Amino acid sequence: MIEKDTEGRRMRLPSVSDKLYRSFLWVIAGGFCVLCIALVVTLVIEAHPAFAHFGIWNFITGTTWNPVKGEYGALPFIIGTLETTVIAMVLAIPVGLGTALFLVHVMPRRLRAPVSTAVELLAAVPSVVYGLWALLVVAPWVRTIIEPALASLTGGKGPFSGPQLGIGLLLAGLVLFVMVLPTMVAISRDVIAAVPTDDVEAAYALGATRWQVLWRVVLPAARKGLLGAVTLSTGRALGETIAVTMVIGNSTAIAHSLFAPSATLSSIIANEFTEATEPYHLSSLIALGVVLLAVAIAVNAAARLLVRSVGGRGTSSVALT
Amino acid sequence: MRTPPVHRALHSVRHAWRCALVGVVALGTVLAVTGSAAGAASKPKKAPSDPYIAADVKAPAATLTGAGSTFDQPLFTKAFYEYNQKNTGVTINYASIGSGGGIAQFQANTVNFGASDVPMSPADIASATGGQVLQVPVALGGEAISYNVPGVKTGLKMTPGVLAGIFLGTIKNWNDSAIKKLNPGVKLPSNAITTVHRSDGSGTTYIFTDYLSTVSPSWKAGPGTGKSVSWPGGVAGKGNEGVAGIIQQTPYTIGYVELAYALQNHFTYAKVQNAEGVFLAPSLKTVAADAAEKPNINAVDFSIVDQPGALSYPISGYSWGLIYQLQKNTTTGTALVKVLDWESHAPGQAIAETLDYVPLPANIQALARSTLLQVTGPDGTTVLLTK
Repeated sequence: MIEKDTEGRRMRLPSVSDKLYRSFLWVIAGGFCVLCIALVVTLVIEAHPAFAHFGIWNFITGTTWNPVKGEYGALPFIIGTLETTVIAMVLAIPVGLGTALFLVHVMPRRLRAPVSTAVELLAAVPSVVYGLWALLVVAPWVRTIIEPALASLTGGKGPFSGPQLGIGLLLAGLVLFVMVLPTMVAISRDVIAAVPTDDVEAAYALGATRWQVLWRVVLPAARKGLLGAVTLSTGRALGETIAVTMVIGNSTAIAHSLFAPSATLSSIIANEFTEATEPYHLSSLIALGVVLLAVAIAVNAAARLLVRSVGGRGTSSVALT
Repeated sequence: MRTPPVHRALHSVRHAWRCALVGVVALGTVLAVTGSAAGAASKPKKAPSDPYIAADVKAPAATLTGAGSTFDQPLFTKAFYEYNQKNTGVTINYASIGSGGGIAQFQANTVNFGASDVPMSPADIASATGGQVLQVPVALGGEAISYNVPGVKTGLKMTPGVLAGIFLGTIKNWNDSAIKKLNPGVKLPSNAITTVHRSDGSGTTYIFTDYLSTVSPSWKAGPGTGKSVSWPGGVAGKGNEGVAGIIQQTPYTIGYVELAYALQNHFTYAKVQNAEGVFLAPSLKTVAADAAEKPNINAVDFSIVDQPGALSYPISGYSWGLIYQLQKNTTTGTALVKVLDWESHAPGQAIAETLDYVPLPANIQALARSTLLQVTGPDGTTVLLTK
């Protein structure tokens, strides 16, 4: 049999070791796919009792989580997860992009490597250390400085109402912001650095100011990769568990204010998993896991479609390197 | 030849001296003996040595695992370490994951023993996979109502009605008239009260909600008693340490923590009014008085909250060790019962007292032993706890 490589060109006749190697790689790749599918299938099977008992729609839109009475609904946690992620991304996108632009276009080139390393080191900090730092160091600042300042903006109403405790939705969002920032900066920096210098220099030659070059030439050219960065960061923020559990206040009611305690899908699973002995409790928790997986996949798929619609192929692979 | 008269006199003098000497020595010995006897009678009499305790440290080498209540964690950490110093072959690992987690792990038979501040219900026991369950009292403690209000020192007076109102959310501010009436002369701020409770399933929560259900019909009709209940508002922390951390960090909060945590970290805590109307601070003495009012407890009738007696602190409870009656492995089973016997009697309870737990009363120690004597080896008949 004549072997062909991925582009259809003929290769030399394969030896036994080649065949073995190919089989081995097939097994590994196939095994990985099987593992992914098995993960999803097992989760869905374990979650099925809860979905069957409550009905999928009722479970997802249910607002009560009461193990004693046997009522389980996912809505408070879906809202909590989305709120913390939105807070984190609203802060991370401008700060991350800004830092990346600064690193590539403004900072003296000698300093680029040390500063990049410092930002990437933030990614190496374990999640639980972030949670501890947030609880012990940042929470007092939030309580004494940030929350009063925000409350004075609206007179203590609306999203900034309620007792100022430090811990709660706002702090969880801030912690997530710090945690996704390194991912955002690292990928954006690479993508922005990959914009052809010809375009940049042509813009300068035409008399554009630095701001005009960055905003009208560099960012549009890097658009696809930046969307990839945002997707990855959002995925990280959606799934973050330990740091969020430590600072979010763990309340199963829907939060009506940014200062209020709340819970996310991952934090409620982490908190209640070890002793979920009531009927339907454990399968409801696994059903929450399925919901989280679905949300994460939906975000990823939406981002890919967005990237593809913006144009160009092979964008995600560029963004991920 | 006959001794000359001088020698006879001298002999008699020497003889007299010897007699006197002997007499003095005899008298001295008698005096010394009676003196020490009298002294011994005034010193506390040495307890007749317990044959089981001496045998407890001679357990066969084994590695044991346990999981459960965070209340027991400080006690178990120190007691098991001390036991290991005496018998290096036995190591015990304890994971403090909350009473609910302990029961779940024990039911699944993934640990040798569980620990829970509330005994297993008949439904829990029915779903245990290792067979018949035995529950052994291992510790006794109280719960402090801890708060953090800037400017307010420890000892704020609370009645059961006020406590229930705070946790139900009907009393919203620190300067509410109900609290002010009980504490004239204390400057209370107008800030809102934030209650702190446990986010994990906890025996500490059970004891506190048991107390609230006993003293407040609206609490009993509302959230009720349980290891996790639906709290009307407030924030939650994981473990006693989580709740304690939140209270320490955040002003205008109030929550419930085990007494040992409160004492060792110098928290401010409230004086709670007991059934006789006396406002009492939680302490080893007041918790012991409460426990003494109900000496005959068992795994079904175990609640000791709100007992009568002027010195009784109302929010107290036992903590229970969970073991299977039929141990599949003789070595680990023997080590397990001996360690638990050592822990629930004088050696372990002396350690408990140094850590601000209340030592188990003598009749409760007897209950522990009689329960442990029911544990058998795989054949179902060999008793593992031996002298």
